[in-house]
Amino acid sequence: MKNYIKYIGILALGMVACEPEFENPVDEQDAFSTGEADFSNYVALGNSLTAGYADNALYITGQENSYPNILSQQFAKAQETGVFLQPLMADNAGGLLYNGTQIANTRLVLAVGANGPAPRNYTGSQPTTEVTNRLSGSFNNMGVPGAKSFHLLAPGYGNPAGVPAGASNPYFARFASGDNATVLADAVAQNPTFFTLWIGNNDVLGYATSGGTGEDRTGNLDPSTYNSNDITDPQVFGSAYSTIVNSMITAGADEGVLLNIPDVTNIPYFTTVPNNALVLTAEQAAGLTGYFQAVAGIFTQYLMSQNVPAEQAQALASQYAITFSEGPNRFIIDVPATQMNPLGFRQMTQEELLLLTINQTALREQGYGSAAITPQVMEVLGMLQAGQQPSQEQAQLVLDAVNGIDDGDALDASELEAINTARTKYNQIIQQLAQANGLAFVDAAALLQETAGGGIVYDGGTLTSTFATGGAFSLDGVHLTPRGYALVANRIIDAINSTYNATVPKVNIGYYGTITPSND
Amino acid sequence: MRKIFILMAFALASAVTYAGGYRVGVQGQRALAMGHTGVAVVNSAELGFFNPAGLVHLENQLTISAGVSAVFSEVAWQNSVTGETARTDNPAGTPFYFNASYKLNDNLAVGLSVYTPYGSTVKWEDDWAGSHLVNNIELQAIYIQPLVSYQIADFVSIGGGPIFVTGSVNFNRNLTRTLSDIEGNRSNVTIDASGVNEFGWSAGALFTPTEALKVGVNYRSEIIMNAEGGEADFENIPNTPLAPFQDTTFDAELPLPAELTVGLSYELNEKWLLAFDLNRTFWGVYESLDITFANGTVSSNPRAYEDSNTWRFGAQYAATEKLTLRAGYYLDESPVQPGYFAPETPRNDSMGFTGGLSLDVTSRLAIDASFAYIRFDEVDASYNHYFDENGQNIPFGGTYKSVAFIPGLGVTYKM
Repeated sequence: MKNYIKYIGILALGMVACEPEFENPVDEQDAFSTGEADFSNYVALGNSLTAGYADNALYITGQENSYPNILSQQFAKAQETGVFLQPLMADNAGGLLYNGTQIANTRLVLAVGANGPAPRNYTGSQPTTEVTNRLSGSFNNMGVPGAKSFHLLAPGYGNPAGVPAGASNPYFARFASGDNATVLADAVAQNPTFFTLWIGNNDVLGYATSGGTGEDRTGNLDPSTYNSNDITDPQVFGSAYSTIVNSMITAGADEGVLLNIPDVTNIPYFTTVPNNALVLTAEQAAGLTGYFQAVAGIFTQYLMSQNVPAEQAQALASQYAITFSEGPNRFIIDVPATQMNPLGFRQMTQEELLLLTINQTALREQGYGSAAITPQVMEVLGMLQAGQQPSQEQAQLVLDAVNGIDDGDALDASELEAINTARTKYNQIIQQLAQANGLAFVDAAALLQETAGGGIVYDGGTLTSTFATGGAFSLDGVHLTPRGYALVANRIIDAINSTYNATVPKVNIGYYGTITPSND
Repeated sequence: MRKIFILMAFALASAVTYAGGYRVGVQGQRALAMGHTGVAVVNSAELGFFNPAGLVHLENQLTISAGVSAVFSEVAWQNSVTGETARTDNPAGTPFYFNASYKLNDNLAVGLSVYTPYGSTVKWEDDWAGSHLVNNIELQAIYIQPLVSYQIADFVSIGGGPIFVTGSVNFNRNLTRTLSDIEGNRSNVTIDASGVNEFGWSAGALFTPTEALKVGVNYRSEIIMNAEGGEADFENIPNTPLAPFQDTTFDAELPLPAELTVGLSYELNEKWLLAFDLNRTFWGVYESLDITFANGTVSSNPRAYEDSNTWRFGAQYAATEKLTLRAGYYLDESPVQPGYFAPETPRNDSMGFTGGLSLDVTSRLAIDASFAYIRFDEVDASYNHYFDENGQNIPFGGTYKSVAFIPGLGVTYKM
């Protein structure tokens, strides 16, 4: 009897040891290869895109879905790696406090109101991330929202004392190793074995998102004189960029990935509000055409009163006799007054862009982007039609009714050119440095062009750049969604695998979320 | 946008499922030790389940067989493209049986059987890659059956009785692959129904053409479990009209399919007995799982199971007067068809290797022990009938590997 019980005991033991095992288990070390790369200590350098910033804020779940964090999880499937640390925020509301005072807004969520779903700031809880609460230790994800190329080399960029004056960065202040630390030195100090670098976006993006109100600093080699909305001189960019790359390689990260700078015309912040959203009925079009004819007429009169010959005056003023037709028309935009365009406005050209943040109600209802025609203006227009001569004040009233789009709400042709010229030079530098150092290179510009074009097919549909619904971009129209970041991670893995003969597995982007609906 | 999210309500419905292939063949330690053969084996009151026609052949006036098994099963899943892995952490299932037979006279016996032929417990890690199909499921059905067995002629007896079933189900899954609340907690739903009661029947016949040869046939009817007014509990739903999920009730039907068994046993000599059973389980009834939520949302979930066979072989050897040894083998064909392989019951074809013994402690009491090792081939399979919130059909697949180990202990009492 006892013997039989013993046998049953042995059987039970056999059972415990009996777990299902695959012939080729993917969780064993040799399932995936690192090739020539060493991911044991991966450090990511960059800006908001690297930090996992989304919906105009940094928050925990966004950070968890940052492309460096996704990469680290995939690296861990190919190699035993160290823990990938990120300077996590205190909450999922987003926003920042500085000595208890809120200095950054909460994340945007898609709220359903009377007019349907629209982005607004999350109000379900207050921000609790205090900038002056410095986190201890070092962090593998060194992405700093707002950072430009040269900021990574700037001592004191993480000094909390400089935050109120805008002299330092509140995000870096949270985890800098000291008041005088630089982002790069903190990265180098971690003895990285592998790095990714995606920096330079803000070197043109601040200018772009401000509608080009900053300055193009090309030719100015002193970044300390730059303002946040300026375009960085490409030489300044190149010098900072190569310093970063060389320092990381010297520190031990012989392998890494460089990502280039996407075109602003591929991101929904600039492509959502069309420049021809001035939709008119036939009657409205005739009225507006008549109004601008009146403007041209009044201006001709004015020029002739200034002794300009009639023919010349008419030629100059005729540019203001803009005609409108039934259906969509391009908006009127304010431009600097010049000799050739003394009134300082014109119709937008096809390639010019409006910003997502433009007051769309004003566009629809207040004649913003065309003319704000008041009853008084109508009266003067009536006088003109009747062949009467308006007074100087009345004529001025008509001219003043022109309501062109402000500089800060649009990117005009010259601004776009400035952005693209700088960006193209940055990208040349990035690609050259990747080649010269044998680093992997990801054409992020081409990637976002794909999402802006036909989109990228995945198992749940097609990922596109369309604002809010396309899936790639978060509600701020600039930063990506987790799904967008997962796409970036996959492209990085592609580049790593081909450059270093590795077989790091990619993720299924369908498992990563997009925008967050919430009425809180 | 609003429309897209409302569609999720339907997507939800389309993936609320019970289990499939949820037959658990553990209805007697003696039979299980012989590959779960028994339709033509006159051995103990286990016949109450296997073939009530045989009860009248039992030698003693009262025979009781009762026992319980522990089902240790584990399923591993992996995706060789993404490197994802998951393993179930199933609590041990405990199917049990109780059979009593009482002989009124040489030609008539009555009995009572209680057994659990259907059930499933699968518990994946929460939020694993297939969590939009299932996080965990627990399905249980207890059969209670009074029996009568009658010897019609020298060579044939019949038996049968009505079945009362009481069952329950608890099932949890995530609503989609991505939806979460503001803190990132995945939105999920639990449906729960218990105290679902239904009726069915079983009947069998046993032929004894010679003293050594017995031939049996047994049929157990299909029983459709109607879960009415079950509870659907939604958790971690973001506060937005775009994801309009509120706790509600549901009605659903789950079939416990009919099973026909034919088989024979042959006594080679005083020591050796061989047995063969063929089960045909009429899974074809499980075409689709239709769930109706209280708000009227109806979903039809294709299952497309097909009738399937299990081929069972067993042998018994009387080693000593007190000790009987048994061994068996069976081949269990899965009712699950390609493209319908859902992780809630990841069953492909399997083989069972069984063994066991009976030890007579006294002339009246015997201890019955059995074990079964169930081996599944590694299989690349997918479920291709999940539709996401945008109406997009998203297959979920990977490589599955399962094993199960079932030790069991019982007693037989004769008087």
